[in-house]
Amino acid sequence: MTENGAVQLTTATQVGGTGIPFIRLERICKTFPARDGAPTKAVDDVDLHIGASEFVSLLGPSGCGKSTLLSLVAGLTAPTSGVISIGGAAVTRPYTNIGIVFQSDLLLDWRTVLGNVLMQFEMRGQDPRLHETRARAILASVGLQDFMSKYPWELSGGMRQRVSICRALIHDPSLLLMDEPFGALDALTREQLQVDLQRLWQTSGKTIVFVTHSITEAVFLSDRVVVMTPRPGRIRQVLRINLPRPRELDVRDTGIFTINVRHINHLFREMGVVH
Amino acid sequence: MSERLKDLAWSTSSVILVFAGWEIAVRVFHIPAYLLPSPLAAFASIAEYWPVLAVQGLWTSMAIGAGFVAAALVAIPLAMLIVLSHTLGRLLYPPIVAIQAIPKIALAPLFVVWFGFGSMPKIAVAFLIAFFPIMIDTIVGLRSIDPGMLQLARSMGAPQHRVFLKLRFPNALPMIFSGLKVASTLAVVGALTGEFVGSDKGLGYVLLQASGNLNTALLFAALIILSVLALAFFHLVELCERILIPWHVSQRAH
Repeated sequence: MTENGAVQLTTATQVGGTGIPFIRLERICKTFPARDGAPTKAVDDVDLHIGASEFVSLLGPSGCGKSTLLSLVAGLTAPTSGVISIGGAAVTRPYTNIGIVFQSDLLLDWRTVLGNVLMQFEMRGQDPRLHETRARAILASVGLQDFMSKYPWELSGGMRQRVSICRALIHDPSLLLMDEPFGALDALTREQLQVDLQRLWQTSGKTIVFVTHSITEAVFLSDRVVVMTPRPGRIRQVLRINLPRPRELDVRDTGIFTINVRHINHLFREMGVVH
Repeated sequence: MSERLKDLAWSTSSVILVFAGWEIAVRVFHIPAYLLPSPLAAFASIAEYWPVLAVQGLWTSMAIGAGFVAAALVAIPLAMLIVLSHTLGRLLYPPIVAIQAIPKIALAPLFVVWFGFGSMPKIAVAFLIAFFPIMIDTIVGLRSIDPGMLQLARSMGAPQHRVFLKLRFPNALPMIFSGLKVASTLAVVGALTGEFVGSDKGLGYVLLQASGNLNTALLFAALIILSVLALAFFHLVELCERILIPWHVSQRAH
């Protein structure tokens, strides 16, 4: 406990949120074979429990394996060693009760905004027409009611990422994985989307695992921030962010916020990430 | 629409300008008609030989069309097989590329031996020469999908056939059309080559006859008809493209 006790450290395995560990990562290692020379160790010995409805950020410098960790949770990549389970079941293939948002919005140019959101059902072999009302509602909830029949290229970057988030939520998954979703947006749009995301999360009760390299973004959004070391990615420290919800943007001026940010900055300096 | 009309006006006037310059040059420099007929003489020749040019032009168009359509019908499914199956890809790709290395025009005499003097050798050369750009571009198009998109599809539990139909194929359409457009002009070259090598029909045959008789005006008449034909064919493919992929960058309103 440093700096007047405002920074709360938790043990990595400490259960968060409602108390039941929803996602368990136990002694996870991931090594990628190299085309030449030594293989790369991307993730090393990660133990982490994430509670249901918890908002957890993975924070670290570029190339620290946080994206790899996310794709391990999604079951898109198999760990070299260790066990991952979601809701008590081991993840051995792509987990489908999930929504994923990448930094690139990955919208299909040949589909309208509505068609892009409904694609979630089509890819799952369901009739998209049955879900159209819901899709319209979710798009309206993020201010896109007038853009349903527009094409992605007619939208701004922020709007496109909103569509991408709607697509990830439309089928009401219990888990949302976000890989630097706001990384390509301008600062103002980014802040707006952070506020919107917090609202979506609070009203939906979903578990969110959020990858970012922005310290303020992680602290603003998260219940817990998992600070990672440079490659190979290990957990350096887990911080609980004790800021009341809903958080307004000016929460960033409060003492608790700045102390947490300063503490993480200090950690990064210690690890040699920032000089 | 007014932009389109303006474009049309520009291209029409540039064509007229070229013809006018040509006409003037022939008159001013007294170029003999057996070397370079004036455009008016060429058009007069079109009028004079109209029935012959129309019938022979039809033969050539049929060879171009048949060769092109056959090329598309074989090249696109073959490209799909090569992309979808690693084994088939490894098996089929090397011999196909090896055949590509043969100058296709050089095969025309062989096709005459195989297929005789009818339409078949022309269609065969048009097919072969149009085939490769379509196949190569389709392969590139089907392969160039964002890996993130594929990950997303896996997290949605989508089976391979659905990923192909809903993602890979539409994503490849712009590339497929770029291959088809290149192929549409090459098919004309192929059909003509076939006619040059051995044929008693088609505009290629008309060209050879006119050349033999030193009827340069007819030669130019056939050339003009051929150019119009090739242009029309290219624009037909482009029209299909505009209808099928209005969403692509190249098709969006400026």
